[in-house]
Amino acid sequence: MNGNWDWSAVADFMPRFWDGVLLTLQVLALGSLLSFSLGLVWAFGLRSASRFVRWPVNVVTEFIRNTPLLVQLFFLFFVLPEWGVQFSALTTGTVAIGLHYSTYTAQVYKAGIDAVPVGQWEAATALSLPAHRTWFAVILPQAIRRIVPALGNYVVSMLKDTPLLAGISVLEMLQQARLESASTFQYTEPLTVVGVAFILIAYPASLLLRALERRLVR
Amino acid sequence: MSAENAIPAPENPAATDELIRFDNVTKRFGKNTVLDNLCFSVKPGKHVTLIGPSGSGKTTILRLLMTLMKPEEGTIHVNGQQLYPTQGEKQLREIRKNIGMVFQQFNLFPNMTVLRNITEAPVRVLGLSKDEAEQRARDLLDLVGLGDRCDAKPTQLSGGQQQRVAIARALAMRPQVLLLDEVTSALDPELVAGVLDVLRDIARTTDITMLCVTHEMNFARDISDDVLMFDSGRVIESGPPEKIFGDPEHERTREFLGAVL
Amino acid sequence: MSGGLWQHWILPGIWTTVQLTVYSALLAAVVAFGIGMARTHRLWVVRFLAGVYTEVFRGTSALVLMFWLFFVVPGLIGWAFVPMWAAVLALGLSYGAYGAEVVRGALASVAPAQREAGVALSFTPWQRMRLILLPQAVPEMIPPFSNLLVELLKGTALVSLLGIGDVSFAAYLVRLATQESAQIYSVTLVIYFVIAFLLTRGMKAVERKAKAGIGIDVKAQISGGTR
Repeated sequence: MNGNWDWSAVADFMPRFWDGVLLTLQVLALGSLLSFSLGLVWAFGLRSASRFVRWPVNVVTEFIRNTPLLVQLFFLFFVLPEWGVQFSALTTGTVAIGLHYSTYTAQVYKAGIDAVPVGQWEAATALSLPAHRTWFAVILPQAIRRIVPALGNYVVSMLKDTPLLAGISVLEMLQQARLESASTFQYTEPLTVVGVAFILIAYPASLLLRALERRLVR
Repeated sequence: MSAENAIPAPENPAATDELIRFDNVTKRFGKNTVLDNLCFSVKPGKHVTLIGPSGSGKTTILRLLMTLMKPEEGTIHVNGQQLYPTQGEKQLREIRKNIGMVFQQFNLFPNMTVLRNITEAPVRVLGLSKDEAEQRARDLLDLVGLGDRCDAKPTQLSGGQQQRVAIARALAMRPQVLLLDEVTSALDPELVAGVLDVLRDIARTTDITMLCVTHEMNFARDISDDVLMFDSGRVIESGPPEKIFGDPEHERTREFLGAVL
Repeated sequence: MSGGLWQHWILPGIWTTVQLTVYSALLAAVVAFGIGMARTHRLWVVRFLAGVYTEVFRGTSALVLMFWLFFVVPGLIGWAFVPMWAAVLALGLSYGAYGAEVVRGALASVAPAQREAGVALSFTPWQRMRLILLPQAVPEMIPPFSNLLVELLKGTALVSLLGIGDVSFAAYLVRLATQESAQIYSVTLVIYFVIAFLLTRGMKAVERKAKAGIGIDVKAQISGGTR
């Protein structure tokens, strides 16, 4: 009798649900940090003067960006131990998400920097500013306005991809719902709660980002 | 002559031979009043030119008639039928069929050839057969001097050629009224004459009613039966072109003509 | 890897992945155009409902939606989906919501004067949409649709978690059989990359053709760009 909504099943699910929320947010926070920093490395590689750097970085990031996160997740989960690297499922999942999304954030950084008008570089050169001053005083403050909202959008995307970690039994929200269902045989309530939870987190976040975008990108 | 009643409007619109009639029409954009309690009327077959400084509401009159915007107050009749306040989308569409418009920026459809730009509405809206519509389109393209450009895309034409296609497109619907909204303002100077010649031709050889907003005063003098001088959303003076251009009564009219002529 | 594994698991897996991609993309396209056009409707109720659809399906996780359709909906409506169709529905509905934003944006980017010219020729709203707005908006949609199509292809891998025999599921089975993870998962990633590459190339060709139809030269556009 899955057809009838049972509030007590919802209540029973709550302890597990909150554990799942916490773990999801943890994966999201660490995965975001990893994708932000690794993406910066890729972006510098893509802007490198040497094509022996540019070309391989381009191939690697394009490959990662055009293949499924889920398969990458399994690759890391099953292959790393064969190579003698022992990560927990949680660490593997966080690394996989961070790595996958770093190829998106790299594009965000690159587009943000490319969007700064050429005249700004020329003006900095004309003023004989040293390279680090050019970057930190002129280019980055202008690029950041475009970068921040776009990064935010990818954080929301990452959030919606965290359930993939259920595939390697990380106890995020979806996996908690599956375990709950497996023990109570009630699928409706836990899965619905998790589905609604995603909307309740993602919608305000995207509203916030749109407002931020309006303020920063004029 | 009072400002509101540049052309005194008779009491009963249906009983007259007026084609277009504005009664106490007011149009605002936010706090800005572009048409202020405007009354005027146009008889069938007449060529009326609206002149005046920019922002005086001339284009707004054409856009109201084309149902591209609504007035806040007042009534507008076309052919004795009430356009505003609206009597429903169906009647709007019926009235709209009698009105054609040529825009400042041509607004040809870039996804269609020149020929299809002209045939599409007669086929889809008037229900003409494809052959009839194409014959009509070819005749009109000959009239505007572009008989050999049927298969071109609009982007392959000059501005002047595009505007002549746009005129043909409007005429293909055989409207009673043709609205001309600063049709030469977006053109390079050397292309203006060709477009105006086509319009002079149409004014001379057809009995279509024309409502024309323009800054080309010589053209206005040539084709107009009546000239309405606008300022701040009101008609401040009207009359035959010889009078308005030759012996204007109003100080503002003299200033304006002094500046543009 | 032996030929038998290819023939029995991987090749059928690729075929399933391709089918999933095609069916989901078709459903997503229908949803994208329907909802995207509804968001430009003159009645606010229609715009509002279409907006709610977009926010809900963009807000939810495709995998959770898939599980929900697979495990919960049968209890609600009394019959179960074939797993394949639960997957197609989940992918099509959620990627359709992203596509709706693309359609809406492209329609909004058509010059308002084009709509006005349509009014002046007495076209009905639907005729304006079909004859004037869509033909001009569609070429603009193709590059973002191309990106979405690759995302959708990647999304089809989720179905392996429902036990549907796509190429990811085949990889899982092969790993169990051979215990060689690196090899099979590398091959699987390359398969996805090749399909994504072909899709992107195909969409580029479609874009060139569509833009030529409204008088835009893509090559000139690119060479005339910032680079």
